[in-house]
Formats: sequence, C-alpha cells, structure tokens
Amino acid sequence: MAAIEILGLEKTYKVGFWRKRGRLALRPLHLRVERGEVFGFLGPNGAGKTTTLKLLMGLVFPTGGTARILGKDINDVEIKAKIGFLPEQPYFYDYLTAKELLEYYAQLSGVDVKSCARKIDAMLERVGLKDSARVQLRKFSKGMLQRVGLAQAILHDPEVVFLDEPMSGLDPMGRREVRDLMEELRQQGKTVFFSTHILSDAEALCDRVAIIHEGVLRGVGHVAELTSAVAGKVEMIWNGNGVPAGLAALGAECHVIGDTIRAVVPEAQQEAVLDVLRRERLRLVSLMPVRSSLEDYYLQKLNATAQEAGGAG
Amino acid sequence: MSRVVHIATNTFREAVRDRVLYNLIAYAVLLSGAAILVGQISIEIERLIVVNLGLTAVSLFGVVIAIFIGIGLVSKEIEKRTLYTVLSRPVRRWEFLVGKFLGLTGTLVVNTFFMAIGVFLALLYVSHGFQSSDGWILVALYFIVLQFLILCSLALLFSSFSSPLLSAVFTFALFVIGSFAEDLRGFAGMSRGLSRWLATAAAYLVPNFSALNVIGQVAHGQPIAGQLIAYNTAYALAYSVMVIAGAVLIFERRNLK
Repeated sequence: MAAIEILGLEKTYKVGFWRKRGRLALRPLHLRVERGEVFGFLGPNGAGKTTTLKLLMGLVFPTGGTARILGKDINDVEIKAKIGFLPEQPYFYDYLTAKELLEYYAQLSGVDVKSCARKIDAMLERVGLKDSARVQLRKFSKGMLQRVGLAQAILHDPEVVFLDEPMSGLDPMGRREVRDLMEELRQQGKTVFFSTHILSDAEALCDRVAIIHEGVLRGVGHVAELTSAVAGKVEMIWNGNGVPAGLAALGAECHVIGDTIRAVVPEAQQEAVLDVLRRERLRLVSLMPVRSSLEDYYLQKLNATAQEAGGAG
Repeated sequence: MSRVVHIATNTFREAVRDRVLYNLIAYAVLLSGAAILVGQISIEIERLIVVNLGLTAVSLFGVVIAIFIGIGLVSKEIEKRTLYTVLSRPVRRWEFLVGKFLGLTGTLVVNTFFMAIGVFLALLYVSHGFQSSDGWILVALYFIVLQFLILCSLALLFSSFSSPLLSAVFTFALFVIGSFAEDLRGFAGMSRGLSRWLATAAAYLVPNFSALNVIGQVAHGQPIAGQLIAYNTAYALAYSVMVIAGAVLIFERRNLK
C-alpha cells in the first residue's frame, strides 16, 4: 500500500464577480509516494505545490479526481490522525504559549494531554524551544514560529508528514536543524512529502522528486538517477599560475580562482589535458566526472515548458 | 464531541486573553456611577432606573461583544490561516463551527454572570434590600442570554462566507430589525396584498428580539409568564440551530484559499 496516491486530482478556481471564469491551478495530477520515502515536490512559486497540499489536506475541494493517504480516501477525516501538516509561512494562535499550542493540537489529534505532557516537553527541546515554552507566540520570531510549526506537525507521531516550504524563513542554522529533523523522520520510517523551490535541500534530502510547473507535472524520478547521468565531461582542478597554452584548443573551459584552476574538459580529451599538465609540471588536485545536478534537471524541465508555450504561441 | 469542547475552550481562552472581559470594568464604573447618581436625585424610582439601566447595559455590552467577536470567528481564522492546522487534524468542519459558537456564547454567559452580580449589588445599594419580584430580573437576564445565542449564530453564519465588515453590518442590521419584530408583525397585520405577504415573511424571518426583551416589565416588578419562558427558550434554540445549520452547509463547501 502506497503512503500517498494521487489519482487525477485537479483544481480550477472560479474567479470574477459572477464566478463564471475559471483559473486553472492544477491539471489532473497522478502521483504515487511509497511508504518511508522522503519525496520532494519541486516547482517555482505559483506552480501548484500549495494547491496540491491543500487538496490533500481537505482545505480546498478538487474539481476532479481523488487521492488516498495510507489507503484511505482524503475525505475520511479519521485518516488525519495519522498525518502531520506544516503550512507555508504558518501563523498560530498568538495568545497561546508554545506549550499550550502543542497541548491544543494534541487534544485535537485525539492524544491524551496527560500522557503526552513529557512528549510535548521533549518536542519543544527537540526544536530548540525549551526555554520559550511558556512564552506567548506573539513574541516569537518567524524562525521560532516555523519551529513550533514543525513541532505541531510531528507531535502526534504521524505516519505521513506534509511540509509546505519547511525551510522558508529559517536562517542557515535553522535550515540545517530542519534537514536533520527530516533525516530523523526518514530513519523512523516516516513518509515525508515536502514542497520546496530550494533545490539543494531537495537534492540533499529526497529519495525521489516531482517537478511541477504551471499546474502540470513535468517529471518524476529518483534523485540518484536524475543526478548520476554523466554529461560526457570531466572536471579537473590543479594549482598553478595561469592557464597553460593549448588547453582551449582541447575544448577545456577554464576558470581561474587565485592560484587554483578549474577546468571542464570533454571526456575524450582527458588524457591530452593530463599530458599538458604533466609537461608543465602542474599539480593535479582533483579529477571527477561531471554529473548533472538536480538543478540542471529542474531547469531543463522548466525550459521545456517555456519552449512548449513558445511553440504553441 | 471532545474536539468541539477543546475548540470552544480555546475560543473562550482567546476572548479572555484578548481582554474582552475588561468590558466588565467599564460596566462596573457605569453602574456604580449611575447607582450613586440615582441615589441622590430620585426618591421613588431608584429601583426602576437601576434595573432598567443595568439590564440594558448588560444587553448592549453583550451585543457589541457578540457582533465584534462573532464576525471574526471564522473569517479571522481563514485570513490568518490558523484554520489550516486545525482542519488538517481529525476535526470536521461542523465541529469547528459549533466549537467556535459554544466558545463565544460561553464567554458571553460568563460576562453576563459577572454583570448580573453588578446589577444586584447596585440594586442592594439603592434599595437597601431585595424584593420578591427581583427574582424576575434573573428571567430578563436569561432572555438576554437567549438573544446572545441568536446573535452569535447570525454572526457565525455571516462570518462563514462574508468579510468581517459586511458580517458586522448584516448582524447589526438584523439585531435592529429584530428588536422591532413585533411592530413588523403588527404592520403586516394591517397591510393588504403583496406588501402583507412581504411584511409577514420578513417579520417571521428576522429574529424576534422584541419578544426576548422584558427589561421594562421586570423593572416595574411585573411577573413573566412561564409560557413565555418556555416559548422563548424553544424559539431561541430552534432559531440558533437553524442558523448554525445554514453556516455549516456553507462552510462545508467553502474552499479555504
């Protein structure tokens, strides 16, 4: 049984005074996320990521299609006891303290507060808010609110966790902590479905990613597969003063940073370039095949969309 | 059901922390001032004035709270997106609405309770004792609470699909029209043709707040019929339930963009 099955989910918002016009937010989306996966949902702002998450959470209703979480229809309210959700740029009841907020959400999730009091304390410590447990949220910074948001999403030990832009508004330290937390969830066997437009986060964390743009799914795949395709080039780094003559003729693209030279060389010319370096008595520091990054894949998919649109126009 | 209770408790806590009950201070100042003033200027009608003024203030303060908190019950949660994390839990939309309604009415009941103590203290101050007819003041206070039930449900209904400003206008307009519901029914009785039908429909559609206002009667020490108490109770409960059912019907279909 898959953790998440999206079966042709689509959404068109009615707009205008008479609500006659439609604004397409999501074309029929088919997606399957297996249990225990960390799945990245990538796309630029306005691509349809948040709409998809809202549809899965039952906050907006689909124009067509359906979805299942842990084998249950998304309209089944009881399934929500097994899922956690962090909305984008979360805002919470600011008259509550962090501890009271977690108690409230635990109650709504059907967790006995007395039995989970220790769990709430541990969770606040885990997200670095132990010292602010009794401070009203109106005094919290954006980063602290994001941490509370993460705590409420995983407090009731959900099997599937949905995170909408979880790194948004966090400083580098905070982002690192969120990444560690997601890694912990993976190790606990939880399924994590998170949306982001920060590709380095997705590349570091995800087993698989999907790319969505203008409401259309543009590609799905394992991160390892998408980033392991050798582009037929090698990257060489060596120390020296200046670029030896003749490298340009071998097709090497050289970049000089101080006394370090980085060159991207066609794989076929690798030996010829190495001969030049030996002849010039330069010290090779590194030689690695060039791998296409997730960013390359992402941009390729987005460019394809733009070309399609241009072709259609 | 426990989820409704938790949402109601949180709504009550919000009102308390947002210092809504601070209105009690203003009420206390108003009533004490009035009691002292009345004690100095009138001889026979102190009781009449204190009961009239006290109960009218209880009603008006409550109406203002019911409208101004009620109109934001749902729209504020949508605007601030606090609703997202609530509805992503095993909480049905009707549970959320009913919880919010009960939280607000609970706040008003507590508020009314403290104000009622104020009325009786002022009465004790000007009359130096209680009469048996003062018991009817409790019935008038009960009717005021019934008014709040209807008002909260109306504010909740408008809040479930409209902006706070429009919700306030609609709710307040219905409160004013409903306060003249008996006159509207009288007008319908005197009209003919289409206007009779329209006036009758309007008279029975708007909440009958005038039947729930017995302040004048109890101020004069007149008793309230048991039949009226039963009728008003049934009417307020039925009206509120129907309005909340309407709010649920709308809110169940609403996209939370």
